[in-house]
Amino acid sequence: MPDKKNKNIINWFRAFNKKHAIGVPFILLAVSTVLFFSLQTNVFQPGTIGRLTNSNFRTWLPVLLLTMGQTLVLIGGGLDLSNGSIVSVGNVILALHVTSADEPWHNLAIVALVIGFGLAAGFLNGILTVYLGLQPVIVTFATSFIYAGLALLLLPSPGGAIPREYTNYYRNTHYLGIPISLIILIVFLLIWEFFRLRKYGRFLYAVGGNPRAAYTTGVPVTWMKISTYILSGFLASLGAISYSLLTGSGFSGSGADMMLPSITGAIIGGVSFSGGSGSLLGAIFGGIVLGNIRRIISIVKVDSWAVTLINALVILFALAAPGFINLLRRKK
Amino acid sequence: MNESEVSNNSNKSIKKAIKISPPLIAMLIAVVLFLLSGLLPAGYSTLQGAIRQALNILRLASFIAIIGAGQTLVIISGGEGIDLSAAPIVTVGALLTYMIINGQNYLILPVLLLVILIGAAIGLLNGLGVTYLKISPFVMTLVMSGVVQGALILWTKGYYDGKVAPIMTQLVARDLIWGIPGMIFIWIIIGILMTLLLERTRYGKQLFAIGVNRTAARLSGVKVNRMVILTYVLAGAMAAFSGFLLVGYTQNAGPNLGNQYLFPSIIAVAIGGTQMSGGKGSYIGTIAGAIVIQLISSLLTTMQLPQALQQIIYGSLLVVILIIYGREKGLRS
Repeated sequence: MPDKKNKNIINWFRAFNKKHAIGVPFILLAVSTVLFFSLQTNVFQPGTIGRLTNSNFRTWLPVLLLTMGQTLVLIGGGLDLSNGSIVSVGNVILALHVTSADEPWHNLAIVALVIGFGLAAGFLNGILTVYLGLQPVIVTFATSFIYAGLALLLLPSPGGAIPREYTNYYRNTHYLGIPISLIILIVFLLIWEFFRLRKYGRFLYAVGGNPRAAYTTGVPVTWMKISTYILSGFLASLGAISYSLLTGSGFSGSGADMMLPSITGAIIGGVSFSGGSGSLLGAIFGGIVLGNIRRIISIVKVDSWAVTLINALVILFALAAPGFINLLRRKK
Repeated sequence: MNESEVSNNSNKSIKKAIKISPPLIAMLIAVVLFLLSGLLPAGYSTLQGAIRQALNILRLASFIAIIGAGQTLVIISGGEGIDLSAAPIVTVGALLTYMIINGQNYLILPVLLLVILIGAAIGLLNGLGVTYLKISPFVMTLVMSGVVQGALILWTKGYYDGKVAPIMTQLVARDLIWGIPGMIFIWIIIGILMTLLLERTRYGKQLFAIGVNRTAARLSGVKVNRMVILTYVLAGAMAAFSGFLLVGYTQNAGPNLGNQYLFPSIIAVAIGGTQMSGGKGSYIGTIAGAIVIQLISSLLTTMQLPQALQQIIYGSLLVVILIIYGREKGLRS
């Protein structure tokens, strides 16, 4: 009965797609992952897939955390362009002050400081955009300058070092064969799933879809929107922590290249610029697709002068594709 | 309504306009800042010194203002419009001019045409992405920046060699008459053209209309998408032209030439009272804003503040301006 089984799978996928709206990102994820692994020379040797998964996810985790935050802001109808700069500040603080594994309490305090900064920066973004009614794009662009300047002020030239004990833990720990970076990702998705099905999730989609209607039906629009910026700042600070653990050093421009991928991942994952639609799981899929493509580009040996252009074109294509599909649909 | 009432009303509106006109405020701030800069140890001490200083500030401000011209149009067009690709387009314009002209006067016009066409083509892609693919303008133009920068790297392969044509140096960098740099005259011409474009043409009227309310504009017969695309094309062409002028002044071009002008040009537009959400603004405002931001930048440089602090000050300045001018109505009202 292979026919029936196939039908079951298709039906299940339809239901899944209806519930999470992630059909396209899921297919892209599968294709890009298969392509990535097929380009490796010795995939079938024991341990290769595990090793590659670990090296991929520990590299992607910072950007994927930012993508989650960006997705929440986008669903709420905003845009956070300062998340990369928040990563820079966090990374610089950690590299300057977490230098020895012998002082766990001091280090914990620094980590708390970094998270506190992320929350505060997100709160400031939220207050400025939502409470004062300023445009999110231009405001978070301005605050991104402020935060990036702060990072540069704290650490003018690259330096600092995270203790090896910590970086090794992040880079090489597995539980049940799953790398810790992937576990963290799954935990966050489960936490979000919990909130998505409750009041917070329903309010968020309502606020992003139609703020006026949400307001008239008693949804605290202002606070819902501010909360998305706070969460984005919080997730960016966690991104800073994971990034610091990944690289083991500090650089004031470390987050500068993370802002655009955090938006692109979300858009590939079916989140729209206009708010009120998309899902966190889809955005994570989108982020992984983007990561896969980057990896594939680095495996396929292209002219090194062309790498910048190809990466930019990939992002352009990824952002344009959903719009193209909509355009074609509308024409039909 | 009788005549006296009408004149009364118009009197009131004139008074109101003078009271809150942002370009005027910006001009006043510029004058105050300039007088203050004279008090600094490195400032001017004689009238002649003051005039020289003022001309120098104006010349530097002219580049910010001319790069800000296209930005003004895009921001007035609304829909969160902004053009971040202005920075690499300026660079491309400058580099193409620098490398192709290579010191030969007769190549100026063909290269100028080529540069403007390339800028317009990049602007066209921006416009198509923003309108038909519904990509947020900030993201679209940022991605476009990456594409242009990538193309530039592939084209030059890290090798920048060339020379500016002598006529350009004469026209842009040197003093033309009465000790006034030629750039200032070019700036005045551009200023007049921009103001005419905004105030006296159908394009200008429709631009403000789509900036205020796109749906209303569409219903009253404005082809909104076409207007938006045209605006990005103009902005691209203007940015490329700015690059052409800029290289005449710097005499040298590198891969990041345009970057340092992008943020100041956006702040200049904001200081000049152009609403970041669109539908309101003027080029006179951008001119005043450019002078203010150039004065601030000169002050910060003479005070020898580190780059990082300058960046923080610029960012905070933009936030403050937005709080003063750019508030939108809340849901409650």
